[in-house]
Amino acid sequence: MIAFDNVAYNYGGGELLSEVNLRLAPGSFHFLTGPSGAGKTTLLKLAYAELLPTAGHVTIFGNDVRSLGRNDVALTRRRIGVVHQDVQFLDHLPLAANVSLPLTVSGKQGNPRDLSDLLQWVGLGKLADALPPSLSGGERQRAALARAIIMGPDVILADEPTGNLDWEMSLRLLTLLAELNRMGKTILVATHDLNLIRQAKAQVAARVLRIRNRRIQLAGADL
Amino acid sequence: MISALKILLLSDRQADRVVPPTGHTAWLTTFTAAAMTFLAVFALALSLASGRLAARWSDALANTATIRISAPPDQMKQQTDAVLAVLNTTPGIASARALTDDEQRKLLSPWFGPDLPVEALPLPRLVEVTEDDAGYDSEGLRQRLLAEAPGAVLDDHTRWRRPLATAAARLNLLGGLSILLIAATMAAMITLAANAALAANAQVIRVLRLVGAQDDYIAAAFVRRFTLRSVAGALIGAGLGMIGVALLPPVDEAGGFLTGLGFQGAGWLLPLVLPPLAGVVALFATRAAAFRKLREVQ
Repeated sequence: MIAFDNVAYNYGGGELLSEVNLRLAPGSFHFLTGPSGAGKTTLLKLAYAELLPTAGHVTIFGNDVRSLGRNDVALTRRRIGVVHQDVQFLDHLPLAANVSLPLTVSGKQGNPRDLSDLLQWVGLGKLADALPPSLSGGERQRAALARAIIMGPDVILADEPTGNLDWEMSLRLLTLLAELNRMGKTILVATHDLNLIRQAKAQVAARVLRIRNRRIQLAGADL
Repeated sequence: MISALKILLLSDRQADRVVPPTGHTAWLTTFTAAAMTFLAVFALALSLASGRLAARWSDALANTATIRISAPPDQMKQQTDAVLAVLNTTPGIASARALTDDEQRKLLSPWFGPDLPVEALPLPRLVEVTEDDAGYDSEGLRQRLLAEAPGAVLDDHTRWRRPLATAAARLNLLGGLSILLIAATMAAMITLAANAALAANAQVIRVLRLVGAQDDYIAAAFVRRFTLRSVAGALIGAGLGMIGVALLPPVDEAGGFLTGLGFQGAGWLLPLVLPPLAGVVALFATRAAAFRKLREVQ
């Protein structure tokens, strides 16, 4: 699905990531952890081509990101669902329109019943007409997850998806991600919340990666 | 060009909805298009009027000439007859006649009033000459007049006609240039408004890129909106401009240039070309601004 080969990324003030090698196999579940500023968000941005590596190769669905034109990047992102901690919506559109935005921009006509089912699944069935500014942090995260999966993507990338949520809501979101993984989706979650990772290991067979000293490594038994 | 038109014609309402509908750029674009089109209507009227004027002055003076006979009163008739005799035997002259005292009085009345005693004044006699299509040899005619009627001077109007026609042609050019400048100014204003709208909607653009929107799709939402606003504004401006031109004083021969500043016949249809032109200007200006801005977002 997504592969990093000796990837480095330099912000200009020094190297943030170096010699990163990673394979996200179909149906896998990975956690990416590490201290703040370690480069988790940068690695995720490299994985959906918002950033280009300064060295090495990032391959998404078999294509080197450097070979992708702007339209190719857009088409690639339709196969990747992204959930950010500071998720952004179109504030003038109701929740249902925001969630179905990937369908809209792809020129696809979504089934209203499917949309309704999806909103029910993430627990937002009664908020279809609500405007994003009126949603709580947990509701926004679940809405972001719904938007990320409405196109039936092959890969879901989540950057600190539980960062603004209480423990109960974090577990709920984790359960949704585990369900998606059981449906065959490839999932990569960047988080610094080790308790969440421990909790997840009880639900899914997740590999835990850690960024340390600019490099990525498999986390050991300390988790 | 084709893709730009596709953006305008094929965008759906869903695409339009992704951009927030409000903002100061909305009325700014409409107002700019209206004001610029209003000015363009007058520039167009000026250009057309000066074109007509140039043609009229050229036509009116092109095939005529005047012979002025200055002679003592007792020789005036003799020299006038001699001049007419020369003209009657000159190839290229279609007709020639001496102006009557009444006609000369009318010519002078704007300066001296209607009761001028022409017969009491030592005025030269004027002979109006109309040439045929082949024309005459003016230098040869001057030589013959010098020999037959020493007081006669041929004026073929060249020295009057040339600067007048040149001035009218320059006015015509200025009118066209004004329309081009107005179009360029409108493009610049709409580009500024589009840039402001794109900057204000940076978050919208980031979200759309994140969920897989292609540049054409994002640009279309802005281009379509700005183009339609511009066409609406231009329609208002063209309408008001045409009303303004219609309210100018009617064409009056004695009034000269200013009363002829308007449209005639099918010319009234020309201002209706301006709104679609404003739309084309807005379409390309917004499209260029949108793609420039989109390239800043990966």
